[in-house]
Order: sequence, then structure tokens, then C-alpha cells
Amino acid sequence: MAIDVAREAGPLREARLRVSAAFWRRPRLKLLALLVPPVAAFVGVYATSLGALLASSFWTSDAFTAQIVHSWSLGQFRTIFSFHDPTYLRIAARTVEIAAAVTVTDALLAFPLAYYMARIATRRQRSLLFVLVLLPLWSSYLVRIYSWTTILSKTGPLNWIVNGLGLPDTHLAYTNWAMWIVFSYVWLPFMVLPIYTAIERVPGSFLEASADLGARGGRTFRSVLLPLVFPGVVAGSIFTFSLTLGDYITPALVGGSSSTLIGSIVAEQSASNLAFAAAFATVPIAVMAVYLAIARRLGAFEAL
Amino acid sequence: METRGTRAGLTVWTVVVVAFLWLPLVVIGLYAFNRSQIQSWPIRGWTFHWFSVAWHDEQARAALWLSVRVGLLATGVALVLGTMAAFAVHRFRFFGRESVSLLFLLPIALPGIITGMALNSAFSFAGVQLTIWTVVIGHATFCVVVVYNNVVARLRRTSPSLIEASMDLGADGWQTFRYVTWPLISTALVAGGLLAFALSFDEVVVTTFTAGGATLPIFILNNLRQGQQLPIVNVIAFVVILLTVIPVWVSQRLTSDGDSPAVTRAAAAAAQSAQLR
Repeated sequence: MAIDVAREAGPLREARLRVSAAFWRRPRLKLLALLVPPVAAFVGVYATSLGALLASSFWTSDAFTAQIVHSWSLGQFRTIFSFHDPTYLRIAARTVEIAAAVTVTDALLAFPLAYYMARIATRRQRSLLFVLVLLPLWSSYLVRIYSWTTILSKTGPLNWIVNGLGLPDTHLAYTNWAMWIVFSYVWLPFMVLPIYTAIERVPGSFLEASADLGARGGRTFRSVLLPLVFPGVVAGSIFTFSLTLGDYITPALVGGSSSTLIGSIVAEQSASNLAFAAAFATVPIAVMAVYLAIARRLGAFEAL
Repeated sequence: METRGTRAGLTVWTVVVVAFLWLPLVVIGLYAFNRSQIQSWPIRGWTFHWFSVAWHDEQARAALWLSVRVGLLATGVALVLGTMAAFAVHRFRFFGRESVSLLFLLPIALPGIITGMALNSAFSFAGVQLTIWTVVIGHATFCVVVVYNNVVARLRRTSPSLIEASMDLGADGWQTFRYVTWPLISTALVAGGLLAFALSFDEVVVTTFTAGGATLPIFILNNLRQGQQLPIVNVIAFVVILLTVIPVWVSQRLTSDGDSPAVTRAAAAAAQSAQLR
């Protein structure tokens, strides 16, 4: 396609050339014109609200009006980290435990799948597997959780199969087990992709060399593949871990009476006691900050 | 390299895990055609009845319409702001350049509930009523990064000498944009826009805190919590699956020619964005 740019002559083009030239001579002006609107919008609306929220965790909420009282105190944090009444510490511990269990489960489920995608599948199969793994990730999060409530329910498909095998009913619905299954399910694609990328980066010749030197499959896996792919596993775990820490929809829909997580408390208190909700919300942020620092040392960021 | 046994084992494992990923979607798809009001397995009769019930449900229609409007507006805002920021960060070196990417990443790096609470309390502090515009602001905060990432990735792959050549050949800034830059980035914009729309269409948490009315996910959530109208919810869930899957599939086709790094990049954007849920 040939475009004769000079043919579009006229006063309009003159004006455009002058503007172009002005911006060309003053690149800083162009930078400001491009950068200021998005950054100002973000800082003005988002960062300011976020800062105010974090500040309010050091304030208190009036018990009657739910209005924030601007007197600085560590009272909210004292309630959370109280050993006399370890309710909130227990909830925090439960949240971290579930997040850890989900992360390990997803790593175990994802690794062989990612290996198959990277090393065994043909080109066609690989593209197909990508679509099959990615599409559930994008289809409605709420719907996928809801579907599990029907699958695990007393009269659902799971019990139908179990009964068909001559076994008694499972009672998984509305338990921590259900929460574990659903979390592992919804975050699984996040674990598959970084592990896949990491396995794909390992040159096949490394594995051949290991085999030539007499290592069997298990030994090659332990001594060659796993150390090279581990940063990818850690990269995936960032998602599975942090997503679980902040969630409150899954415990609300599939959890039971003892499935309260940090997110559940934060969501429940956000209307009546914003200061406390904000303070408790800093716990997952702090946990993730530590987790990210460790992940960085393990080389997870290069694997992303 | 792998023994025959290992290969067979890996194949079986892959099939089982993929089946696990699709099982819930299939189950919902089947329940959408369930004749009975009660959800029990196996399904004894089939019907399209609930589709027409859902279609004529006023609340569901209002929710769908609100979701579409919010999605389009948030995507529009994200396209403008995300593209501007992407050009600024790609073309220039300036103080605080790294922090800009970090700033845009924050809404998806932090749990959605934090973004939601922060915006909610800021709106109530400023005396702003929760309307469609507050949801659009809420959604735009996390949609910007999707567009931004897509455009930055595309700009990195295009050579700056193309722009210089265009200028050398006498094109002004507008012509260069129209004939050189735009054709280079347009598919990235469509892909980023589609992903942003899919994210907005599906978002629950930030919406809960910023919405004046019920979007489709809020409609579903309210009905699930009260255990009401589950046949309608099944139908809507099934339709929502189809509606979110199509744009993602299209955007995949636009950004990748089937080679794995491109798919991985789309996935990485997806991965970051899911933080907000």
C-alpha cells in the first residue's frame, strides 16, 4: 500500500505539521501530555482512597454510628493479635493453612500436565491444551464456584457416582474440604502456566545428557528437572497463595460454619467497623509481602 | 526420554486434570436444560423452558444491560488511559518510570476487597452516590493494566525505526499515527479491550462495594445466597460462560499465531488480572 503523505496538502496539514514539530522539539511536553492524564486519574482516585483506607486502620470506628473517629491508636491491631482472645489469630492461621494446602495441591496437579504440554504434546495438541486450560480461567469465577455447590450437594453428581460404586454418601458440601477443593479448582490454571513456561525453557539436551550419564527418569527429575523448574512452581504459587488469602466469596458459598477466612471477616466488618476491617486487611498484605520477598530470592520473578 | 510407562501415566494425568477443569462448566451447562426446579442428579427431563423464563425476567434483563454498559464504559476508559500510559512508558525514559507500571498493577496485585473498600469509603467520604459511574471507576482501575500490558508488549515488538522512517518520508505526527502506529497496535488494542471487557463483565468483589445497582454477577450472587430462582441462575450462568469465553478466544487469535510465548503472555495478563477477583 503506497501512501503519498505530502498529497494531503492544505491548511490542515500545515497545522498538523506545526503541532508535530512542536512536540518533536519538546519531547518532555509530549511525555507530560501522555502521562499526566492516566497517572493523575490513578493517583487521584485509586491511590488516595487506598492510602486513606490504610490510614483508617489506625483509627477507630464509632460503635453506634459506624463513623470513623480520627484518633490514632493501635487498638485494632491489638484486637487482632490478642493472645487472650485468639479468634482472629486462629482465622488468620486457618487462612494461611488453606492457602498453603491449595498451593501444594495445585502444584501436584499442574506439574505433570505442564510437563505433558511442554514435552510430549504435538504442536496441535499443545494449542488445544492451552485453550482447554485457559478458557475455564476466564469463564465466570462465580459460576465455577456455584457449580461445585451443585456437584458436592447431597443429591448431586458426586454422591450419585459414589453411591453407584456402592459407597455411602459423602458429606463434603459446606465444609473446609469443599473450600479446599474449590480453591484448588479455581486457581489451578494459574499454576499450570508458569510451570509450563519453566519446563519449556529447560533445554532437552540437559535431560538427554542426564540419561546418557546413566540417570534413570526419577533421578533426572530430582537432580535436573525439578531444580530448574522450581522457580516456575514458586511463581505459580504466588497466584494460588495470594488469591486464596484475599478471597471471601468461596468460603461464603461453599464453606461451612468453621470456614471463616480473613476475607470473610473483612467483608463482614467493612460496613459496620471499617477501621477494624482495614486493619485486618493489612494481614494478607503483610503475609504476601513476606512471601514475595522469599519468592524473589528463589528466582520466581525471572520465571514469570 | 520418558519411558513408555511414564508417558502413559502423564497422558492419563493430563486427561484427568483437564476433565477436572471442565467438569463444573459441563455440569452447569446440563443443569441449564433441567426440566425440574430441584437440582438433583441424574437429570430426569430436558427443557428450554428456563431460557425463556430468564429472558423475560425483568431483574435479569436489567442486570445484563447494566453489566454490558459498565463493561463498555470501563473498557473505553481503560483503552484511553492504558494506551496513553503505554506510549509514555515505552517511548520515554523518566524519573519514576518503574513506579508507573507498579501503580497500574496495584489494583490487581491487592485483593479486590481492598480496592472495593478503599473506593467505597472514599465515595462515601466525598458524598458521592453509588451509581453506574462509581462501578465504572471501580472496574476501570483494574482494566487499565490489561490494556497497558497488551500495548506495551506490542510496542516492544515493533521497531522504533518504522516511526522515524515515516517522519523522514515527510509524514506528520497524525499521519504517522494513522498509517504506521495504528495498524501496528490495533489488534493489541482489540485484544486488550476484549480481555478488559471480559474481566469487567465477570467482576464480583469490587462491584459489590461500588455498584448502585445489580450487575449480572451481583444478580447471580444475590440469588445464590438466598437459594432463589436457581433454574434462572443456571441459564444465566451458562450464557455467561459462553459470553466470557468468546471474547477471550477471539483475543487469543488476535495476539497469537498459535505460538506458545504469545499465549503465555495473554495468560500472564490473565494471571495478574485474576488477583482482583
